[in-house]
Order: sequence, then structure tokens, then C-alpha cells
Amino acid sequence: MRPSGAASHLDPLEQSANLRGVVLTALFVALALLSGLAAPAAAGAAAPPEVAKHIAGVASSDATVQEAAAVALGKTGDRKILPLLEALREGSVYVREAPGGGKETVIVGDKVSEGDKTLVPLFSAYGREPLTGPDGKPLLVELSTLQEVSAGRSLRLLLRPLIDAFSGQNDLRDPDPTVRTAAATKMGNGSDAGALQILSDTLTGEHDRWVRYALEEAMALIRLRTGSEVERVAAAERLGALKSVNALDRLRDLGADAQSPAPLQQAAKSAVKRIERWGLLTQAIETGFQGLSLASILLLMALGLAIVFGLMGVINMAHGELMALGAYATFVVQGWFQFHMPASFDYYFLVALPVSFLVAGTAGFLLERGVIRFLYGRPLETLLLTWGVSLVIQQALRLWFGAANVDVTAPGWLSGGIPVMIGVQLPYNRLFIVALAALCVGGMYVLLFRTDAGLRIRAVTQNRSMAACLGVRARWVDAGTFALGAGLAGLAGCALTQIGNVGPELGQNYIVDSFMVVVTGGVGKLLGSILAALGIGGLNKIIEPSLGAVYGKVLILVFVILFIQRRPSGLFAMKGRYADS
Amino acid sequence: MRTLERGGLGAAAVLIVLVLPALNALPAGSALHISDFTLNLFGKFLAYAILALGIDLIWGYTGVLSLGHGVFFGLGAYAMGMHLMLEIGTQSVYRNVLPDFMVWNQVTELPLFWRPFYSAAFTLAAVVAVPAAIAWIFGFLTFRSRIRGVYFSIITQALALSAWLMFNRNSLNLGGTNGLSGFKTIFGFTLNDAGTQRGLYVATALCLCGAYLLCRWIIHSPAGKVLVAIRDSETRVLFAGYSPASFKLFVFVVSAVLAGVAGALYVPQVGIITPAKMGVLPSIEMIIWVAVGGRGTLVGPVVGAVGVSWLQSTLTTSYPDLWLLVLGGLFIGVVLFFPDGVVGSAQKFIGHLRRSGPGRRRAAIEAPHAGPLPKGERGASS
Repeated sequence: MRPSGAASHLDPLEQSANLRGVVLTALFVALALLSGLAAPAAAGAAAPPEVAKHIAGVASSDATVQEAAAVALGKTGDRKILPLLEALREGSVYVREAPGGGKETVIVGDKVSEGDKTLVPLFSAYGREPLTGPDGKPLLVELSTLQEVSAGRSLRLLLRPLIDAFSGQNDLRDPDPTVRTAAATKMGNGSDAGALQILSDTLTGEHDRWVRYALEEAMALIRLRTGSEVERVAAAERLGALKSVNALDRLRDLGADAQSPAPLQQAAKSAVKRIERWGLLTQAIETGFQGLSLASILLLMALGLAIVFGLMGVINMAHGELMALGAYATFVVQGWFQFHMPASFDYYFLVALPVSFLVAGTAGFLLERGVIRFLYGRPLETLLLTWGVSLVIQQALRLWFGAANVDVTAPGWLSGGIPVMIGVQLPYNRLFIVALAALCVGGMYVLLFRTDAGLRIRAVTQNRSMAACLGVRARWVDAGTFALGAGLAGLAGCALTQIGNVGPELGQNYIVDSFMVVVTGGVGKLLGSILAALGIGGLNKIIEPSLGAVYGKVLILVFVILFIQRRPSGLFAMKGRYADS
Repeated sequence: MRTLERGGLGAAAVLIVLVLPALNALPAGSALHISDFTLNLFGKFLAYAILALGIDLIWGYTGVLSLGHGVFFGLGAYAMGMHLMLEIGTQSVYRNVLPDFMVWNQVTELPLFWRPFYSAAFTLAAVVAVPAAIAWIFGFLTFRSRIRGVYFSIITQALALSAWLMFNRNSLNLGGTNGLSGFKTIFGFTLNDAGTQRGLYVATALCLCGAYLLCRWIIHSPAGKVLVAIRDSETRVLFAGYSPASFKLFVFVVSAVLAGVAGALYVPQVGIITPAKMGVLPSIEMIIWVAVGGRGTLVGPVVGAVGVSWLQSTLTTSYPDLWLLVLGGLFIGVVLFFPDGVVGSAQKFIGHLRRSGPGRRRAAIEAPHAGPLPKGERGASS
């Protein structure tokens, strides 16, 4: 059954309970308004007589009376009672001689010293409003003139769920659905039957699908714990239908417990089976999604590598360090925002994206113009040279930023995620990375196949001399393409800060994998790179849970070697005379 | 010229094999005395030199750049280390026949693959055979499918990464990250003894001489000419009716064996082997030895391995932060400005001086153009 469809399935009992709740609340509001009008403002709102009686009861020296009064106060659901209950638990409730005679229950505030005397401010028990003296100033009295209300262990234990119910009720009305969901889940895990009323009340007014789900789950969980046998069986079935992961442990215990009645055991067992089956599905989806986001990072890396390799025959071993530069650029931008404009900290990431692209791109441009252009036609030497560059960059980062990982905080709008089905939440940061990679691939496609610059790049890739003869400035095409590839690596680094650690060895962790993508995908081929990145990223995450990351990597190497047996030049080989240059 | 060169090499061999240990044997007060520590360090460098010769064979002469030779070095080293580990016996910290790390990891019985390593003969055979077997399988799969150039380099780098990851695992029963260490004796001789260390040094120096002669023999055989031809144009060799894959496989296995032997000689002298010695970075550091010394020459790798390692051990003790910068700078500088390395450049210079002399032909064989010929409109403008 879908969680959203549940509103119409409320049984008559629940509906009448709802009605009662509404009437009761309305009554209280009216009462509060009335008393607020009647009493002078300085004294604050007086408690309704029923509540006032219980407030007096709480201060009783008889523990039984105290506990009964506390429970009665909790039942009222009046939010002005909450401070009193909290104060009771902390032991800051006292009784004083009221000015008009008789006893009055009060809450005591933080101590202040005045001369050699220790004074405390007083607050009303109902609503915790400051009490004023005859002169209109806040009342300060010596603690010794008051009589302490002692709260025994059993009373404090009793108070806990009451206070939780109050704060839970508060959170259930929060505008943020995440807070509402969390409150419902918390109540489901800890509250007793009293909370059912509140939950079902909230359910009728709730429109968010996922909050409704959490509310229903919480209600079923409470029933499973506290209900009659029939209710418990129904609750177990309901939890199974809801595929509630939260209930899994409890249902397992119930199913395994020989003491519990047979129908309940049966229901629990079948519910467990249902939830577990669902768990397998959600796990598969989550793994797939993690693989997809890893593949996106690899793709961003491999795109630059593959195009540069296709164009110039250059293997850029420093590509990983260009990625690290992008990540560190993000870190620096974040620091700048923290220091100079903390108010708009959330937007740092939008600035960091272009900055990391530019930083890595500039570094790539300098690298190409500075050294690599002297080594065309000598791929192995270039490989060694760029390795040397990578060592220098790595060590420079280590000396500058320290050897430890630096901390990059996710902007607020990238934390959390979209729940897509029960038990599956797609985190925004990973979604963002996938979208970024898709955008970059799209951009690359347009650039390569729909613009003049792309035409030149392809021309030089195919036949450098001929393109040069026809007036293409091959050297500038090289430099531009190299810078572009480096910039993509920088973007990858920026994106990576949201899901991984940022340290000087960052590049080394991804470089081998991204080379595997290049080797498998073929050189200078967009589609090959995409498929290979998806394959290797996905495979990594699929193997990891069962065999561990280490054997995963080993197995992927074996796969790649075996794959190359069949297709020596990758998925999409260069054809014709360029195949063997 | 030829006799001069031979004479020089012979003198160097005598110096390395006999004179240095003799100086070490002098009384400590004497002016010419070499400390045990220095001799031991030098022994380690000579083990590296054996490995460098192997790399030169496959990279300098055949033009195949392997970034995974640390794996073969490690395999040889681990084979020897396993034997030394078992030789400790009950002298270990836990007084158990099992190596300490196994007791630590709660392994109760010696794993099956450890048992043959009780035998010294088997161990020596494994030092050669294990790297050879792995190299043969890996080489067969890659060369057969005509993976070459940078593709091969990348795949071997992935091999180094995988091996490093695997040897770091405790479940492999090879000591995990801490590797094998705490050795006491080798073939019955106490390792702490200065005499044993001197003996190990002489053994290493003799192995280096043997490796040198082996490489020299291969290079000057007809097969060696094919190797050089493969480096300069593999496609032409293929069209000429040779099978480049078989030649490459042969030389890959030989160089892996040399690496394994180097590892086996390294372990007793240094006293420890960890996965860190077989990862991506050490594997590529080995390449720079050859590049600095001069690839395509047989003396170059020896000079490079000893020189760069000496630089490394000096720098890492006094300026640990600088070493990686220097290493990176070496890569950049050598590739850009000294593609022939120290020895190659020197030979070219001498060849230049004696342009008309008989040295010309030799120089053409031993210090040919670095790497494949430049293609297209842009040559090697360096």
C-alpha cells in the first residue's frame, strides 16, 4: 500500500479521535484567549482551573500525587506546561508563599549574586513568564526562603516521554518536512500509546508524502509495541507493507521469540521477509547510483586525458595533480568566503566551479607551452616528464597546505537528498556530480562536433601535417585542447570535494582508474570514454561490497587486460592508417 | 678503444668486487677504512643496479617502458624474505615456529604456500621462477594483443598498483603493511655479523657482474639486434618476418628475473621488505635511475642506480621535504635536457671527438637515438 493513500483508510475510531482532538484544541485556545483577556498583562496568562489544580499537585510532597498530576498535565497537551515539566526534571521547581496568601508553584531561574546574597529570579509555573514584584521589576528572592519540590527518580523517568511528546509535537508542526519526518520517526521509536493521538492528528493535516510515511510508520511501530494482540498483528503486517527498515530489528526479534503468540510470530516473519526483499532492491539502486557518480568523476578525468592523448599522443601523468589543483582551489575559495563574506557562504561552490576550472586550465596551458610541446612524438618521454611534474605539484601542495587532508564543507543546498522511493534517497551532492559530468560531456560534444574550434581539433587529431598545411595553427590547437582537458580535470577535482577527501595524494587515487578508462574506451573517442567510465565506475562499486576495494581493483585490471585481448585499441578503435602510428 | 673500455670495466669490477670489501676489512682506525654501514649501503645500491640493468634491457634497448618492475623486485624480495622468516624459527618474539605477524594475526598453522620455503634451494629457485612466471603470463597476455607504447606503460602501472594493494592485505599472510622483517640468519650465518654482510656484498657485486655480462651477451647476439630494431620500428620488424611479441616477451622475462634477483639480494642486506617497495612510486623511481645514467648503454644504469640512490639517501636524511621535488626535477631535467643520460652524453661527446676513429660504429650501437624517430612536422626540438 502506498503511504500517501492512507488518509482515506483511517478507521472510524481514529476519525472520531481526531475530531475529539480538534475540539479539545479549539477549547484550549479559546480558554487561553479568554484568560489572557481577563488577567492583567503583567501577571501573564493564568492557568485554567483544571491545569492549576494539577500544577499544585505536582508540588505535592506525596510522590503518587505528584506523578498523577504530571501525567495529567502531560495529557492536557498544553504547550505552556512544557517549561514546568522540564524544570521539574532539572529540579528547579520551588514553592513560595504567594503574596495573596497560600502556596504558589514557581520555576526558579539562574542564580545571580548581589552583595553576599545569592538571589534567584522567579517565573510562573504556567508559561514560564517572569514574575514581577510590586514595583514592576523582576522578582529576585533568596533561594533559602523557598521550598524545593523534589523530583524522585520514578518521576523523572515518567517526565522524559512526556517532554519528548511535547517537543515531538512541536517538531511535527515545523515548516521543514525533514524536521517533521525526524520527529515522527523519533516518536515511533520511543513514545507510548499516548502519542498515537498526536500522530494521527498530524497525519490528517499532512500533505508531504514522506512525512506521511514516517507518521504511519511511527504509528504502526507504537501499536506493535503497546497494542493488543490483534493490533500488534495488524501493525506487523502494516510495517511489512510499509517496508519499514526501522522496524526490521524489532520484527526480527518478535519472529524469533518463541514467547510471542503464533499469529504475531507469523506476521512478523512474513513482514521481515518483505522488508528484506525490498532492502536488496534499494541496496542495488544505491550501489548503482554510487557507481554512477564515481563513473562521472572518472569520466570528467578521462575526457580530458583521452582527447589530449588522441590529439597529441601525450599521456599526461600529471592529470591527477591538475585535479588536485582544482580541489585545492575549491578549498581556497571556501576559505575566502568564510573569511570575507560568511553571509553568502552557501554560494561559494558556484564561484569555486569556474575558479577550479580556470586554475587547472591555466596550469595545463603553462605545462603544455612550457615543456610538453618540446616532446611531441616521444610519448614515453612525455609520460616520464609529466610524472616528474606531478611529483613537483604534489610536493608543492604538501608543503603549502600540509600533508593532512583539508576540510571542505558542503554548501547547504548540496546536503540532504531527494527521497525517490521507500529506503532510497539520492543525495544532492552525487546528483550534482552526475549532472555536471553530463553537462560537460554535452558541452564537449557540441564543442567537438558543432564548432569551428572542434573541427580544427578533429582535423589535427586525424592528420597533423595536413591540417597544418591547410592553415590550422596546430600548436595553438594543442595548447587550447590541453588547457581544456586540464580544466575538466579541475572541475572533476572541484566536484570531488563534495564526496571525497582532499589531500595531496588525491590525484594518485584516481589517475590509474582514469587511465584504465582511456585504455578501455579507446583514444580520443567520446562515446568510448563514456561507456568505459560507466563500466569501470559501476564495476568498482558492484565488486566492492562483496570482495572489498582491493580485490575490486585487481579484478578490474584483469577485466581490462582480458578486454584488450579482444579489442586491442579500446572499444572504438581508430581506423585506417592512423591505427598504427 | 675497445681494449681501453674493457680494461676500464675490468678495473671497475675488481674495485667493486674486491677492493671495497678489502678496505672494509682494514682496522677501523686506518685512513682508507670503509665503515660497515657504508659498505652495506653500497651493497643495497648494487642490488638496485642489477634491477636497473634489467630495466635498461627492456626500455633502453627494446623501447618498452615498464612501470611495474617494482612488482618483480618485490616478488624476489618476498621469496627470499619468506625463507629468512622461517629461518628465525623459535628465536622470534613469541617463541613460536610461526613468524611473529602470523601469531599476531591469530594464524595457527603455517599456510601451505609458505612450507616449501623452508628449503634454501627451493627459495633460490623461486627467486628466479616466481617473477619469471608472473612476467611471462602478464607479458604473454599484453604483447600478444599488441599492447605497446604508453598503453603498456599504463597497464604495468596498474599492475604495480594492484600488487601493492594486495600485498598490503593481512589476509595474504605476507605480513600486510609491515611486510617481513626481524631476520636473524641467512643459510645459517648470522646476519648481524660484519663478515656475513661483507659476504652478501661480494655476492651482490658478483651477481651484478654476472648480470652485466648476461645483458652484454644478449645485446651483442643477433637477438639483441632484433631488440634494437623493435625499438626503432616495431612494424618494420614485424613485416620483416620476425615476431616482435616473442622477443619482447623474452626480454621482459629476463628483466623480471634480474629484478627478482635484485630483490632477493636486497632483503638480507636491508633486513626488511614491505609492500611500499613494490608500489607505483618505487617502480617509476627505478626508471629514473636508468634515465639519469643513460639508457641504451650498459654502464649507464649502474651509474644511475648508484648515483640517484646515493643522492636519495643523502637528501632524505638531511632534507626530507626536498627529495620529491628533486626527484620530480630529475624527471623533468633529464627528459628535457639530457635524454641520453650521463653516460650516454659522455659517450656521445667522446664519439664526437673521435669522429673518424673506430668508436663511431660502437657508438651507433650503444647510444642510438633516444626513443622512436620523431614523426610528422615536429621533430624532437630539444
